[in-house]
Amino acid sequence: MTQQTTPPVVEMTGISVEFPPVKALDGVDFSLRPGEIHALMGENGAGKSTLIKALTGIHSPTAGTIRVDGVERRFSGPADARAHGVSTVYQEVNLCENLTVAENIMLGAEPRVLGGLNWRAIGRQAATHLERMGLDIDPGSSLGSHSLAVQQLVAICRATVGDCKVLILDEPTSSLDTDEVAHLFTVMRALRDDGVAILFVSHFLDQVYEVSDRMTVLRNGTLVGEFVTAELPASELVQHMIGRSMDVLEAAEEVLEQAERPADATPLLQVVGLGRKGSVQPFDLDLYEGEVVGLAGLLGSGRTELARLLTGADRADAGQARVSGKPTRLRNPRAAMRHRIAYTSEDRKGEGVVDGLTVRENIVLALQAERGWMRPLPRKQVDELVAKYIQQLGIRPADPEALLRNLSGGNQQKVLLARWLATAPKLLVLDEPTRGIDVGAKAEIQKLVAELAADGMSVVFISAELEEVLRISHRIAVLRDRRKVAEIDGNRASMDQVVELIAGGGAA
Amino acid sequence: MRDVLRHHLFWPVAALVALLVANTVARPSFLAVTVRDGHLFGAPIDILRTTAPLLLVALGMTLVIATRGIDLSVGAVVAVSGAVALSHIASSPNPDSPVTVLTAIALALVLCLLLGVWNGFLVSVLGIQPIIATLILMTAGRGVAMLITGGMITTVNSAPFKVLGSGFWLGLPTAAVLAFGVFAVVAFVVRRTALGMLLEATGINPAASRLSGVRSRTLTWTVYAASGLFAGLAGLLISADTMAADANNAGLFIELDAILAVVIGGTALSGGKFNLSGTLVGALVIATLERTVTVLGISPLVTPLFMALVVIAVTLLQSPRMRERLTAARRRQVMAPAEPPSTARPDSTPDSTEVKA
Repeated sequence: MTQQTTPPVVEMTGISVEFPPVKALDGVDFSLRPGEIHALMGENGAGKSTLIKALTGIHSPTAGTIRVDGVERRFSGPADARAHGVSTVYQEVNLCENLTVAENIMLGAEPRVLGGLNWRAIGRQAATHLERMGLDIDPGSSLGSHSLAVQQLVAICRATVGDCKVLILDEPTSSLDTDEVAHLFTVMRALRDDGVAILFVSHFLDQVYEVSDRMTVLRNGTLVGEFVTAELPASELVQHMIGRSMDVLEAAEEVLEQAERPADATPLLQVVGLGRKGSVQPFDLDLYEGEVVGLAGLLGSGRTELARLLTGADRADAGQARVSGKPTRLRNPRAAMRHRIAYTSEDRKGEGVVDGLTVRENIVLALQAERGWMRPLPRKQVDELVAKYIQQLGIRPADPEALLRNLSGGNQQKVLLARWLATAPKLLVLDEPTRGIDVGAKAEIQKLVAELAADGMSVVFISAELEEVLRISHRIAVLRDRRKVAEIDGNRASMDQVVELIAGGGAA
Repeated sequence: MRDVLRHHLFWPVAALVALLVANTVARPSFLAVTVRDGHLFGAPIDILRTTAPLLLVALGMTLVIATRGIDLSVGAVVAVSGAVALSHIASSPNPDSPVTVLTAIALALVLCLLLGVWNGFLVSVLGIQPIIATLILMTAGRGVAMLITGGMITTVNSAPFKVLGSGFWLGLPTAAVLAFGVFAVVAFVVRRTALGMLLEATGINPAASRLSGVRSRTLTWTVYAASGLFAGLAGLLISADTMAADANNAGLFIELDAILAVVIGGTALSGGKFNLSGTLVGALVIATLERTVTVLGISPLVTPLFMALVVIAVTLLQSPRMRERLTAARRRQVMAPAEPPSTARPDSTPDSTEVKA
């Protein structure tokens, strides 16, 4: 292969990064060649982001060398890295929505004339860059008026302005739909063929297989190996990433099989005609003990809105709710909590974790809030509780005093789960609990959900991944256009059947 | 040593010690405390007394800042408090009766509590930005105080009331005993109950706190009410010291000093984690600084500039980024001379270096 002979544009050797006492990266080697798409794989907390940040100068490695184009370098930060041809596009679009597309693309590299900005040249150059991306949008339009996908492409466009030798894409596809992903991949391939080295990070295995040439796998801050994508079967990749077999996933299914649906029980929560204007149309839903109910539907179909009405996060303006047969009103989260209803939001960062507090404080928060500030939980009880959940859910680092912002996404999710499990809920509503977390943690959470249901808890499970909903749910409620359109038996439902219901319209 | 340097109180305490040292150098008798008429006298005691009102205001300010808020109205509340108390005493036929004084104190505190409740209502129920909400009372409050005093500087004579400002209790200034006592009780309550944690959770992530069942609105409301109450108490101490209700100048700019004390104490204005012991040190630093100006004989013309420079130095030393740079610079200095011997050591064999690498 010709690629083997080209000298690498980025060569990192023996990179270690420490956040005492944690060693985030331990002697990792990594090389990136021009004209390749290189996937960086690993679970959350494996060190992917740390490696990228070490390269772009956000973290300074405690050991190891970084060579770019054969010259040893330590960048002082992303701007310095960019000046040397290493550009990064992050998961969240870091652009100015209120500026125009052209301004965003050329920001910091504006052509100047007589000490001022040459607006005409800015527009012209931006248009050229857009054309190269195959993006047919007006450079003069404001960025905020475009979809997230277009914004993402504009961000990439911006990254390639100037002499871009290395393009780092950190989870660029997490908010894109299938067509948009395809467009992005076309752009990526075009850039690759122009000789740009692309470092690609994604949680979606199929995408990685579709677009990448080689991959580097990290686990727990160490290098597992570098592989040619075409020669590495997916099952082996997953094993490399999680360092254990897929048994965990299968275990989740086994637990689920055993659960029996109660025949004549009163529903734990029964809602009739519950709805809210502008949010979700009135719907009926019965939730039983020991049962997992999945909510399936596209993004924006009303999944989250329905969950928020069930848990008092939003107040319903129509309909009734009964908890164990008794009429009640779920007017706020506290009211729901009194009925032992717990809700974890899909927006883990914005509405879930309190990132400036410790693991311990985050875990006891809901329980303590329920008791009120005047009755603090005894310290001994807190320590026991926290130790129990850290152990049971495998929270890493297993340090109750670690600040939550220093945990990986998967571990933050586990802390969030622990917070609610500590309140001993009867109904647990999980909105996208597995989004953005790695395969291993995902499997663990699915298994946990199945076990909780087997122990008699009622669970509502929301996920954008249909497969996951199908695997885990006893019953599936399907939503479309902010309406609950069907309810089907999860054990008998097939993927095609649910997809048809979600798509709706055409068949019916 | 490293732990000591990293402790959140290190830099504020270092600043305080530095100021005390500077004073002692300028005036060797500075730290001397003597007993006169059974009371303690001396510059340190004076500093404790002048810290008292500021400490109370800064206490409320810390709690408000923890919830991501700010209370600009405390200075005006101080003025209202003094105006109410002194006007009541002045209009009473018997200004020296303890009943009159206690009624005056109760009236002032209740009114200030209500002013705090008003602020809390604007912020937590109506959702007005704290800086705007309290700005209203900051300007309106002095107007209220002016109405109460009728635009005059009310001076009164009332021995029991005067005790609050310049009296002594167990040899210590009453004002200081009162302020430090209130501070200690509040700090104890905040940290021994779950109040501190719930306030921090509210300040860091209000949405997550609400979903977790934290009564964020009530908590926020409460801290503004508390801030009003503490400012009211501070107003009593200040007016009892001068025995004059000056609607325009009582507590002028005390809100800025209080915010400064909070910041010097290591609590970030962005809310969340707060640090009452830091606020205590911060208030002491500011009071000592004011004292230093007189001891060093700095001209009143450059006093504001001098104070600003000290404050800048303290806040810079506290900023994590600045500290990172300083430690990085120090590390370079330490490492530079250490390099040559390790590479040019004649007795190290190639094998042993390989093992090390």
